[in-house]
Amino acid sequence: MPRTLAVQMPEAGVRLITLQRPDALNALNTELLGELAAELDAAEQDGGTRAVVLTGSRKAFAAGADIKEMAERDLVGILNDPRAGYWQRIAAFSKPLIAAVNGFALGGGCELAMHADILVAGEDARFGQPEINLGIMPGAGGTQRLLRAVGKPLAMQMVLTGEAIDARHAQRAGLVSEVTQPEFTVERALQIARSIATKAPLAVRLAKEALLKAQDTDLASGLRFERHAFTLLAGTADRSEGIRAFQEKRQPAYEGR
Amino acid sequence: MNFEHILFSIEDGVALLSLNRPEQLNSFNAAMHGEVREALKQVRQNPDARVLLLTGEGRGFCAGQDLSDRNVAPGAEMPDLGQSIEQFYNPLIRALRDLPLPVICAVNGVAAGAGANIPLACDLVLAARSASFIQAFCKIGLIPDSGGTWTLPRLVGMARAKALALLGNRLSAEQAEQWGLIYQVVDDANLRDEALTLARHLATQPTYGLALIKRSLNASLNNSFDEQLELERDLQRLAGRSEDYREGVSAFMEKRTPCFKGR
Repeated sequence: MPRTLAVQMPEAGVRLITLQRPDALNALNTELLGELAAELDAAEQDGGTRAVVLTGSRKAFAAGADIKEMAERDLVGILNDPRAGYWQRIAAFSKPLIAAVNGFALGGGCELAMHADILVAGEDARFGQPEINLGIMPGAGGTQRLLRAVGKPLAMQMVLTGEAIDARHAQRAGLVSEVTQPEFTVERALQIARSIATKAPLAVRLAKEALLKAQDTDLASGLRFERHAFTLLAGTADRSEGIRAFQEKRQPAYEGR
Repeated sequence: MNFEHILFSIEDGVALLSLNRPEQLNSFNAAMHGEVREALKQVRQNPDARVLLLTGEGRGFCAGQDLSDRNVAPGAEMPDLGQSIEQFYNPLIRALRDLPLPVICAVNGVAAGAGANIPLACDLVLAARSASFIQAFCKIGLIPDSGGTWTLPRLVGMARAKALALLGNRLSAEQAEQWGLIYQVVDDANLRDEALTLARHLATQPTYGLALIKRSLNASLNNSFDEQLELERDLQRLAGRSEDYREGVSAFMEKRTPCFKGR
């Protein structure tokens, strides 16, 4: 049983993972990151999981790394840090991951939220990379994913000053897809997950892969990948079902084949 | 915590916060800001507080910033007023607007500078007949702060807002009521009683629902029509889950007076 997360299946196909270190504003210590990576592995293996929602508390999604833990590590400790491997496993998760962010998403918490494919934020959410204030810098994608999401000037400002931005600003900048009333952040994320869970799993998976590809390849390679993925789906039973259901004006029943 | 510059109590659901530097017309210095901030924090955290009544002791309500705190000696470095606003006034205004309960302001006398705009961040403003509002900023080369430049045009229209802010003339409480700047004028002798009566009434009402009303009306000033309709849908969904809504409906069906808990 994970100690720093709660896992629920609130509805068919949707898994809800809640970060739970209330005393530490969900600071991402090694234990929590390890449990999250393991939990996503389990969701990956589970045929019944079609989408995952990741959230924290009303007050904090995750307020950064665990500073106490970080202080104890020297250079060699950082080199042998298992956390880098956990981050890779989180990034490699192949099913849709939706972050429902309320309150603080700072440092590692902001980086974790940016690992999600879709980001819904409560009106009072705050995103920032304050590492610079501690004489360090983001180390889990903060300098890379933030720049891709919000563009260079704002990413530079956030990373170099350590100052956070609010949910509306984050939405305008393209970091966040939707801003909701804080009471509905998780509900809205579950709604999106529910909608995704009714789609053909293989199409969802390849579409996610193609979109992520778009972030780090040139257009020609990206278009080539998209074409291959599109062609691949032509051989699936779900594609025939999708088209037939559309013609017969009924809900499709997808099986992931 | 013992307060030196304010009077503060929470009784029967009513949180009473009275600015208490009467000799200085309750003008703000750093210490009073700190105490007001602490009191508002207590109001927010205390589930027994279901309404806040903000008022002032003595002749004045609040004369804004205590300028002796900001005296610029010749040749001295100019102070950064932005810093003072960032640190003191903006958090105060936000705290009043964001409090999840109704905030009544009883303006007992002159309200000048920031003191004229702090009431406008509250939900229901009563003013003594002898009270007045003065956007005094323009007389010392400053602009209306504490939300004044935002609230004034919305409450009284751009033409009157500009006249108030550019001329800095005294606006009587009666005129302020006529212009829609405040809710109600009350005879001086009755101000505190009327404000307390209103507060005691609100303390028995469905506080959570009132907080959502406040939130939706505040948001409407920035939202488009469609955004506001969506917000109404969301907040009504929340309100419909409250204990008080259930109680309100069953009291109505049973033709009895509801007993609201504020949840």
